[in-house]
Amino acid sequence: MITLNARKKVAALSCAIAFLNLSLFAIAGEMKNDASTKQNRIEIKDFAFNPQTITVKSGETVTWINRDEEPHTIVSVGKQFKKSTALDTDQEFTITVGAPGTYDYFCSVHPKMTGTIVVAK
Amino acid sequence: MSDYISHDHEHDGIDRRGFLQCMAWAGTGLLWTISGGVLVSKTLAQVARAAEPLPATDLSFLQISDSHIGFSKEANKDVTETFKIALDRINAMPTPPSFLIHTGDISQLSKPEEFDTFDEVLKSCRTKDVFYVPGEHDVLNDGGKLYRDRYLKSVEGKGSGWYSFKKNGVHFIGLVNVLDLQAGGLGQLGDEQLEWLEADVKDLGTSTPIVVFAHIPLWAVYPQWGWGTSDSERALGYLKRFGSVTVLNGHIHQVLQKVEGNVTFHTAMSTAFPQPAPGTAPNPGPLTVPSEKLRSMLGLTSVKYLQGKSSLAVVDSNLS
Repeated sequence: MITLNARKKVAALSCAIAFLNLSLFAIAGEMKNDASTKQNRIEIKDFAFNPQTITVKSGETVTWINRDEEPHTIVSVGKQFKKSTALDTDQEFTITVGAPGTYDYFCSVHPKMTGTIVVAK
Repeated sequence: MSDYISHDHEHDGIDRRGFLQCMAWAGTGLLWTISGGVLVSKTLAQVARAAEPLPATDLSFLQISDSHIGFSKEANKDVTETFKIALDRINAMPTPPSFLIHTGDISQLSKPEEFDTFDEVLKSCRTKDVFYVPGEHDVLNDGGKLYRDRYLKSVEGKGSGWYSFKKNGVHFIGLVNVLDLQAGGLGQLGDEQLEWLEADVKDLGTSTPIVVFAHIPLWAVYPQWGWGTSDSERALGYLKRFGSVTVLNGHIHQVLQKVEGNVTFHTAMSTAFPQPAPGTAPNPGPLTVPSEKLRSMLGLTSVKYLQGKSSLAVVDSNLS
């Protein structure tokens, strides 16, 4: 049931994104130190993204940090932003978010792990 | 809430309690022998201890899995050493297995140096023939290219690496279910591989013993933790007509078995670290046990599978 619902959601989301022709999510190769830019952090722990849904503003950064002993990845559903490499324990991955919208992502190593970024205007 | 076994058509008596009793972890492999269509597994420690050589068989092979070379956390700070110990056990066997099957997660992070270490240590093994299928840890960053180049060239793996071969009348099939996984999903074989599988077994007689090996279990061990393969039913459908099908998997770092019709499912222990039994922890992952326990819990389960019978004989032996 969970799988079906997730798939439906993903499909609907992909369609919506395609329809709106949103291009988004510039990738930041490094952390931004600009004090005016809020850093939003998502902790990966116990095979879950926490918070699972995060609401951010366009132009802000989002950083994941892996606190598990297992490697995890960040992969956008529908390839809306560049995927991370495998993050080992305590490794981080940062993106700068672009256009407003809702973006689902998951861990390609443990695809049961899913999360959502909501980019507000 | 149902968990790892959603049904039990065969009334084989494997319930939660039974499962926990036959669970095993750490540091060894299983020896499989095929004699007259009868598939038997023994733990390595049992084999190494036996004073007498193995009974004459048509074929014997050994499954090792989940070496996780590169892992160095609390659950096992020296996975290379425990992998060596597993190989020592193989080398100590009176009758060496014809070949090994490694059911994935050679490495922790798909790093070339991790594969290098594995290959270097493996040189000490008397048995030289090894057949591989990748685990998700082996294909983290490049879709499995490096892994295929290193481990699947000799078998001419199709697509993302699947292949089959014959040994002594037994048809072996190595499948890949760790690539192109979908959000929210499980392990996946994919249409191309399934079509290949259908064609691969189409002309085989129903009496041909089949051994399928893949990393993630090809049955719903515990979908809540991703321990299953979304399209495995279709694969098993192509194998239904065969009298003897044995499915060997890794991934979950513990022995677990199930018989359904003529199909026997079996998962292997890891040589690196244990994982919790399904549902006994909030999530899967390396399980830290007291260090003296890690190795003392080698090889707990011996399995006999009799062709044409739906019952699975499980003998648990605690070696501590």
